[in-house]
Amino acid sequence: MKTRVINFIKRFAAVALFAPAVAMAAGASVHLDKAPVSTEPAALQHGAKLFVNYCMNCHSASFMRYNQLENIGLSESEIRDNLMFTGARVGDLMKIAMRPAESKVWFGAAPPDLTLIARQRASGDGSGADWLYTYLRQFYRDTERPTGWNNVVFENVGMPHVFWQLQGEQVAKVAQNADGSKKVELSLAKPGTLSVQEYDKAVADLVSFLVWMGEPVAEKRKSIGAIVLIFLAGMFVLSYALKKNYWKDIH
Amino acid sequence: MTTKSQAVLNWIDERFPLTSTWKAHLSEYYAPKNFNFWYFFGSLALMVLVIQIVTGIFLVMHYKPDASLNASGVPVAFASVEYIMREVPGGWLIRYLHSTGASAFFIVVYLHMFRGLLYGSYRKPRELIWIFGTLIFLALMAEAFMGYLLPWGQMSYWGAQVIVNLFSAIPIIGPDLSLVIRGDFVIGDATLNRFFSFHVIAVPLVLIGLVLAHIVALHEVGSNNPDGVEIKKKKDATGKPLDGIPFHPYYTVKDIVGVVVFLFFFSAVVFFMPEGGGYFLEYNNFIPADPLKTPPHIAPVWYFTPFYSILRAVTYPLFGLDAKFWGVVAMGASVVIIAFLPWLDRSPVKSIRYKGPIFKIALAIFLVCFFILGYLGVLAPTPGRTLVSQICSVLYFAFFLLMPWYSKLDPCKPEPERVNFK
Repeated sequence: MKTRVINFIKRFAAVALFAPAVAMAAGASVHLDKAPVSTEPAALQHGAKLFVNYCMNCHSASFMRYNQLENIGLSESEIRDNLMFTGARVGDLMKIAMRPAESKVWFGAAPPDLTLIARQRASGDGSGADWLYTYLRQFYRDTERPTGWNNVVFENVGMPHVFWQLQGEQVAKVAQNADGSKKVELSLAKPGTLSVQEYDKAVADLVSFLVWMGEPVAEKRKSIGAIVLIFLAGMFVLSYALKKNYWKDIH
Repeated sequence: MTTKSQAVLNWIDERFPLTSTWKAHLSEYYAPKNFNFWYFFGSLALMVLVIQIVTGIFLVMHYKPDASLNASGVPVAFASVEYIMREVPGGWLIRYLHSTGASAFFIVVYLHMFRGLLYGSYRKPRELIWIFGTLIFLALMAEAFMGYLLPWGQMSYWGAQVIVNLFSAIPIIGPDLSLVIRGDFVIGDATLNRFFSFHVIAVPLVLIGLVLAHIVALHEVGSNNPDGVEIKKKKDATGKPLDGIPFHPYYTVKDIVGVVVFLFFFSAVVFFMPEGGGYFLEYNNFIPADPLKTPPHIAPVWYFTPFYSILRAVTYPLFGLDAKFWGVVAMGASVVIIAFLPWLDRSPVKSIRYKGPIFKIALAIFLVCFFILGYLGVLAPTPGRTLVSQICSVLYFAFFLLMPWYSKLDPCKPEPERVNFK
């Protein structure tokens, strides 16, 4: 019976086009570090600076406009002078010149648009921020990869370690867990220009910016929500009193 | 009322049954006075329907059912949803109300249906109300399924791919049927446009018509109540049911309290956790649809998972037909069988208050199975999980199919003459 069940699952999976699903869902999940996400303007502005300097060489944020950065406390001239390096106007979308078809040839996969990356990367293992925070801190030297880098969270990733000058070079010691799964331990072989704490803080700021960019309205949404809930709590008292008053004659 | 406004009302009443309709359905519609917590969900379902229609109207103003890629290489449909979320003033709120409303609709409707099971609301003379209700549930599933394709994210795309492929398992007509549904050999622009058309006009029209029929049929025979006794059997000298009270104002003011409490929880989700932990808005659906990249795990939205589990539980081919076909049959049957409840229940009493232990145990098992099936439906199948879902599927059907016997055997308590109130 067991083989019949397995056979069915295989056939069903193939027909339903989720053969890769079953294979990958069985893969072990990775441990993610909790990201210290901040909503402070200073952290978001630092994150924005890192984003346009490091990420936007290859990744677009095509649902974002430059002038939406005013919502993290930057002025239009600050945005134009410090964060815009192309001929784009301040009301333009944050696109890049690199074409997806070409970058796919260069990296094996086109670098994804990052506007929604913090929402996309959420899973049962942790929030999208946790994934990004762990991912950006766990690159290590791997001479077998075309870029010279590999990543613990995203194995054989096409992306090189763009922060290597800041973080330095990590090397991996691969060991076997008791259950046979792979365990990768990282150590800093060559320090970068930032200390470990400073690098973690820089990544945290960048991740905070990515979280903000995923849903710029999030903070406003919560503050409106608080007012709505208070209003409804008041409405409850009134409507309940109204009901009580009408129903007092019903026995 | 002033003579002037009375004159206007008379003028209208001579041409349109305004006053008589108001009386028949509200001010002189007598509802049992002993409605409890479970009786809020009918009016709440109606309110969620209104929320979905109103927010839907505004979403359509900016949404574009277009699967082609824009200059940034993003599908236009996906980009238009993000445009609503980011650039349309208040668009994020409208969209979150609509996406949360979809899940809220199913929560409210499931509770409304469970109320029917508890108090035997489907029993004679309310069979047609129940059948209309089942049809509403079916229409709602179609509406939700087609609406889920519209954001054109990875889960929209691959979820639709999996479900539409199921139709191809039907013998002879299957392959052509799935082709007609898709309008193409794969989910594509043609599918998106026809699902858009069905989602915004065809199915809502059917839904509204069915809801109307559901309410008209209810008001014809009168509401059931937690005691399951007919209030129309005991009337006063003027012909009003002794245990009945006018729907308006009594239940309108009571339902307002229900609406406020519902909106409190609904708003808590909309404003503080609109993704619903990845169940109301699946994380993968923030990735634009990519026909070349299958996501690691495809799970339907939570409200479909019990039925999806039943589909996957069928693993045996029968009469030379594929197991997948029988899975589709089982899934269809698991919904349609609900409509037959009025003729399956042979208990002398309607309400669970007077039913015996056999029904209570059967209902409890059914409920547990429904939750387990729902839980397993979001997970990838393993042989162990498939076995559990098979057991739960059998018990799910047993609840219905064995009911003619166990409901008769069940030692019931006598029903009271009048309803219990405080």
